[in-house]
Amino acid sequence: MVYSMSQKEEFEVVNRVDPAFKRAVSGMHGAEKISLCFQCGTCTAGCPISRFNDFYNPRRIARMIQLGLKDRLLSNDALWLCTTCYTCIDNCPQGVEMAYIIRALRNITVEERKVMPTIYKQMLSNILKTGYVYVISELRIKRRIQHGLPPLPKSDSKQIAKLFDATHISDILERAETFDRVD
Amino acid sequence: MAEYLIFLGCVIPYRLQSYEISARRILEAFDVKLVEMPSFNCCGYPVDPIDHELASLLAARNLCLAEDLEMDILTLCNGCFSMLNKTNRMLKEDRGYREKINKALGKIGMEFKGSIEVKHLVHVLIEDIGLEEIKKAIKRPLKNIQVAQHSGCHLIRPAKYASRGGNGGMEMLKELIRATGAECLEYEDEDECCGNPIIGVNEEIPLQLAREKLKHVRAVGAQALITVCPFCHIMYDLNQSRIERKFGLKLEIPVLHYPQLLGLAMGLQPDELALNELRVRPDELLKRIIG
Repeated sequence: MVYSMSQKEEFEVVNRVDPAFKRAVSGMHGAEKISLCFQCGTCTAGCPISRFNDFYNPRRIARMIQLGLKDRLLSNDALWLCTTCYTCIDNCPQGVEMAYIIRALRNITVEERKVMPTIYKQMLSNILKTGYVYVISELRIKRRIQHGLPPLPKSDSKQIAKLFDATHISDILERAETFDRVD
Repeated sequence: MAEYLIFLGCVIPYRLQSYEISARRILEAFDVKLVEMPSFNCCGYPVDPIDHELASLLAARNLCLAEDLEMDILTLCNGCFSMLNKTNRMLKEDRGYREKINKALGKIGMEFKGSIEVKHLVHVLIEDIGLEEIKKAIKRPLKNIQVAQHSGCHLIRPAKYASRGGNGGMEMLKELIRATGAECLEYEDEDECCGNPIIGVNEEIPLQLAREKLKHVRAVGAQALITVCPFCHIMYDLNQSRIERKFGLKLEIPVLHYPQLLGLAMGLQPDELALNELRVRPDELLKRIIG
């Protein structure tokens, strides 16, 4: 089938493309090699998640970055399904570190769209308060003593707060919208 | 013998004291001295998806605390190992990134120098204690015991950061299991992820992945699954009854922390190794080992 677009459709497609996006991504730490992806699909073949979700296909995500399909990428919650198993990194014949590229996309989404999964907002707030990802209950701490385990080291919340301020995530964290689930 | 700064992380003190209790018991028996962290913050792993730079800073703060004490770090958790080790290696190798991170660390009066190493319990057992010493300490060889291993992603990947010298991959845990006298069975998709890191946004996929893993382990007739990571352990032990209910199966596979298996082989008692804290009762296995 020959597919031809109307002028209006063509205009819309071009409008949705951000040619600078590839450079923005490759400027992120760990995502430098995105241009080297030649679409062999080895990443997707070894990915434990791809078979559960149509969007979550690392090969396709790499191509979408190269093409500049920024809005379509950043508006899809499936980006949060990467388990960071790093199989894609070890298998890539081009040395493209896909798991870090997914991380870069998540970081950009948080920064530009001010949105993140609820669980991350909770975890970051806890770290800021206690140094730990969880608020560890008194009962747990008491049980440590019963087991003869040493006391837990304490956090330095002033220092942690300064590190949060250093990357300006504190402002985003307060305002960020959240979502609970990715289906 | 060796001396380490022990980095517990968050998940172990919050949910899995059995791993800490058994690991400390074993390390004590081999005269590995553990020093507690003088101050603490999360390794940074859960922050990485939100803000990579902040995650690196949180990891680097822990590394700087260890540098001040001139001590290497020992972790029990794969997630902490991966985050701290990767950050340590990256900051040592990538001058540009180190300068960026050090600029921010300056705000809390710290500087990353690159003078320490980060090891997982598995590395300490293999590199510092050694398989020969471990074999010498076995008082109750686990003959006729067949188990399977799950090393977990963050101990073995990315290979660039995870491997240490000649050591790397799943072979480390396999050798440690064989040192107890037990047989380590191979099974399908041994290096597949447990799925735990995404359970906060999607339960379906991790439970499905864990179900497949446990079925593969059961298919080869393993009497237990051996882990060295709290995240993986939670998926297979804590969530096993949920998986059984959800998919209508009977699995009944005990999931032991490696130091529990080793401790049993060294003649320690089950209560010294907190075996009673496991959700899937290892009664059958204990009967075979202790009688």
